[in-house]
Amino acid sequence: MSHTSAAVAPGKSVWDGGVSPMGASYGKLMMWFFLMSDAFTFSGLLITYGLVRSSNPAYEGAASAFTFATTHWPIPEKVFDAVPFLHGVELPLVFVGLMTFILIMSSVTMVLAVEAGHRMDRAAVEKWMLWTIVGGLTFLSCQAWEWTHFILGPGNGGTQVTDFVNGAWITRTIEGANLHENQYGPPAFADFFFFITGFHGFHVFSGVLLNFLIFYNSVTGLYDRRGHYEMVEKVGLYWHFVDLVWVFVFTFFYLV
Amino acid sequence: MAHHEVQITVAPPDKAKIAKLWRVAGILLAVTVVEFIIAFTLPHGPAKTFLFVILTIVKAGYIVGEFMHLRYEVKVLFWAVLVPMIFVVWMLVAFVYEGTKIVTY
Repeated sequence: MSHTSAAVAPGKSVWDGGVSPMGASYGKLMMWFFLMSDAFTFSGLLITYGLVRSSNPAYEGAASAFTFATTHWPIPEKVFDAVPFLHGVELPLVFVGLMTFILIMSSVTMVLAVEAGHRMDRAAVEKWMLWTIVGGLTFLSCQAWEWTHFILGPGNGGTQVTDFVNGAWITRTIEGANLHENQYGPPAFADFFFFITGFHGFHVFSGVLLNFLIFYNSVTGLYDRRGHYEMVEKVGLYWHFVDLVWVFVFTFFYLV
Repeated sequence: MAHHEVQITVAPPDKAKIAKLWRVAGILLAVTVVEFIIAFTLPHGPAKTFLFVILTIVKAGYIVGEFMHLRYEVKVLFWAVLVPMIFVVWMLVAFVYEGTKIVTY
């Protein structure tokens, strides 16, 4: 839309040099290609989750009678049913839904910052960048709570497992989760939770840092002196990508 | 310190564009609400998973197309980003199918 392809002499193509065939700056293109490689990384994680999940026995029976056991894959909504300050109340996926809402809203404020940048409106860029940073920090705080709750366990007494140790069957209780074992399901379930949401959370964290950098540079007037706010756009692409990944994590880890 | 003034002309907000962005946000939130309703009304099964995948692609389309502005980029860039994702789709299908053939203990 904003990129009108430069006039090309007859008999020449845009690929003959002198113009940008993709109508985007070097920095923006490189951000796109970085995001593609990042998309492949996340796909690798989520698809491996699919592979391992489909190779583990699924829970058979009515969802209302579901219990945690290390022998079948848990129903995600039975695992993620807690909300801060509402201990013991079963609210399946409500907190995750809230986190999704927060991230989508921070994506909206980001795109409004990009819009303000196109207009060279420094005050508006600062305002929307600040909201985006607040959104990112809120999301990270939510994730910190969720991880804590997941690691410590819901406090329902844990899950009984029977292991064959030194020639004898030993029954013990697992409470909470770590990379070795967890009370919700097969060990791989918690491993994927930590790796997928952790890798995404780290992206959110670096996104907040980048957003802060953009905010700082706007405040000091760097982009005004430079004459354009393209950095807001590039970091915006990254931030939307983080939101995009969450959309997939939400579906494939929490809903399916 | 050298003091040189930079002449900045601030354009007025593009009302139509901003309204459109909020509309996209509304659609994204609405689709998420629909996903929630489906999660608690339909029984687990392939049909439900299929619905979730479709809705996820709808959301991804709005985020990448509108927020990331890909819909309005030059066609070469649009396809250069989109076409490689075919490999991801194939990888997903192949590995999830493969998973059902793996015996776990």
